[in-house]
Amino acid sequence: MAKLTRDDVLHLAQLARISLSDEEVDEFSTELSSILQYVEQLSSVDVNGLKPTNQVTGLTNVMREDVIKDYGYAPLDLLKNVPKIEDNQLRVKRMIG
Amino acid sequence: MVTWEPITDIAAKVQKGERKAVDLVEQSLAAIAEAEEYKTIIAVTADRARERARLVDTGDHQGKLAGVPFIAKDNFLTFGAETTAASNILKGFNAPYQATAIERLEAEGAICVAKANLDAFAHGSSTENSDFFTTLNPYDKTRVPGGSSGGSGAAVALGLAPFALGTDTGGSIRLPASFTGTVGYKPTYGLVSRNGVVAMASSTDTIGSLTSSVRDTALVLDVMAGKDELDSTTVDRDSASYADLHGEIKGKRIGVIKEYMGEGLQPGVREQTEAAIEEIRRAGAIIQEVSLPSLSLALAVYYIICPAEISSNLSRYDGQRYGYHYSEAVDLDESYTKARAFGFGKEAKRRIMIGTYVLSSGYYDAYYKKAQTVRTKLISEFADAFTQVDFLIGPTAPMTAFKAGENTDDPLQMYLTDIMTVAANLTGVPAISLPCGFTDGLPVGLQIIAPQCADRELLAAAASIEGVL
Repeated sequence: MAKLTRDDVLHLAQLARISLSDEEVDEFSTELSSILQYVEQLSSVDVNGLKPTNQVTGLTNVMREDVIKDYGYAPLDLLKNVPKIEDNQLRVKRMIG
Repeated sequence: MVTWEPITDIAAKVQKGERKAVDLVEQSLAAIAEAEEYKTIIAVTADRARERARLVDTGDHQGKLAGVPFIAKDNFLTFGAETTAASNILKGFNAPYQATAIERLEAEGAICVAKANLDAFAHGSSTENSDFFTTLNPYDKTRVPGGSSGGSGAAVALGLAPFALGTDTGGSIRLPASFTGTVGYKPTYGLVSRNGVVAMASSTDTIGSLTSSVRDTALVLDVMAGKDELDSTTVDRDSASYADLHGEIKGKRIGVIKEYMGEGLQPGVREQTEAAIEEIRRAGAIIQEVSLPSLSLALAVYYIICPAEISSNLSRYDGQRYGYHYSEAVDLDESYTKARAFGFGKEAKRRIMIGTYVLSSGYYDAYYKKAQTVRTKLISEFADAFTQVDFLIGPTAPMTAFKAGENTDDPLQMYLTDIMTVAANLTGVPAISLPCGFTDGLPVGLQIIAPQCADRELLAAAASIEGVL
């Protein structure tokens, strides 16, 4: 039965790139454990011979012509929500400390 | 509460010049202002709506929806106001383009007047997970309107516009429809393009409407449905209109879902559902009981697959390209973790964390792959059922609108409100919630489910059932 410790929660938060308060870590360790406990009812279901379903449309390999299509958007229009921009490029914080 | 004529009548009058689009827009904006206390609306798109209305009145876009005002759930990218998905992280986001569904509606003359409240990122069953405010149920202000498209449901119930758009990933159109006494439609997966709609769980996300009648629903679907090169999951439609509703319920085989009529159903909901089924029988349908044993597992399957896909889809909110930006960060990693800490509400965080867990190394097979495989079992049970009956029927939810705050302390309890709606999403089939009476003054919803791509048949059956209820 999955019981998430504080360390498990902190590890997940790190994988998901979310910083959590101490209070949230405690809360999530209880809540996530009870949700996982609920979904664990699937472990006893017999699925012998069945394949997983990833999507339900029955479509495969939807392709398009490899040509440039003009939708009429100027690059700066599409970038108008970017917090920091330089020469049509995103400015981000340094990656290596 | 304001009432609107059928959408086809409104459009016909605008086309003939008997009614003006500008007046219809003003009527809608006035109704919105008057109903402010219900908190259904995040923002109005008044300036753009008035401008569009003037265009329609001068002869542009005089299509099937000429001059018809509508309200979009705020997870549809639209011009004229911010698109926030009711989340702090998208506050201030101005869409650079519009959703395909919005473009198609506008091309036929419909006019978006406002953006409706929702549970942030459509995660929830009550609008209580909105990062901004909770919408009140028009039938009882102490209760929720359902969710996540709760603003859309309440808006239509209050007559703020003839129709509203919603999204349904696990029941988010049908549940608010049942709680607000409106008609909520979730089409076959892939029938309506999701391009330009904030993604939640991509393998079950669908787009549909909340309206006051099946005829209005069918017309709106007809305008939105069809392949879109910008959403590669869209399927082809045939050329016939979805709005031509032919056929009657007489002689149709209808299966009452045994698992939905069991324990845990509120007595009033059971009573109204059974009474509706009796009316349908009297109208000549052949009623039988059908069992789909894996339905009891559907919610567990959903609450693995859905958070998994959410954790992946919501990774795009990184505070770099749009949305909330944490400018004091010392490095890139901190700018991610702080933007997401501030920008996401509790439920988004919760679902991202569960999704991250079930997809993580060592757990993937036990949770995610297992859920996808049980999903196959569910799909084959639905296929079997549809060899015996034309439609499946049951309640939309086991309860009527609950009190605000009643389920907020226990996330699992809140998830259980989706217990009768998630199966249609997992299997991709179309489903509708129709109003079927009241219990203790609160609306009850009747759910009708059809085989994949039988949207036209479902809408025809629903229209004829609507006529006898």
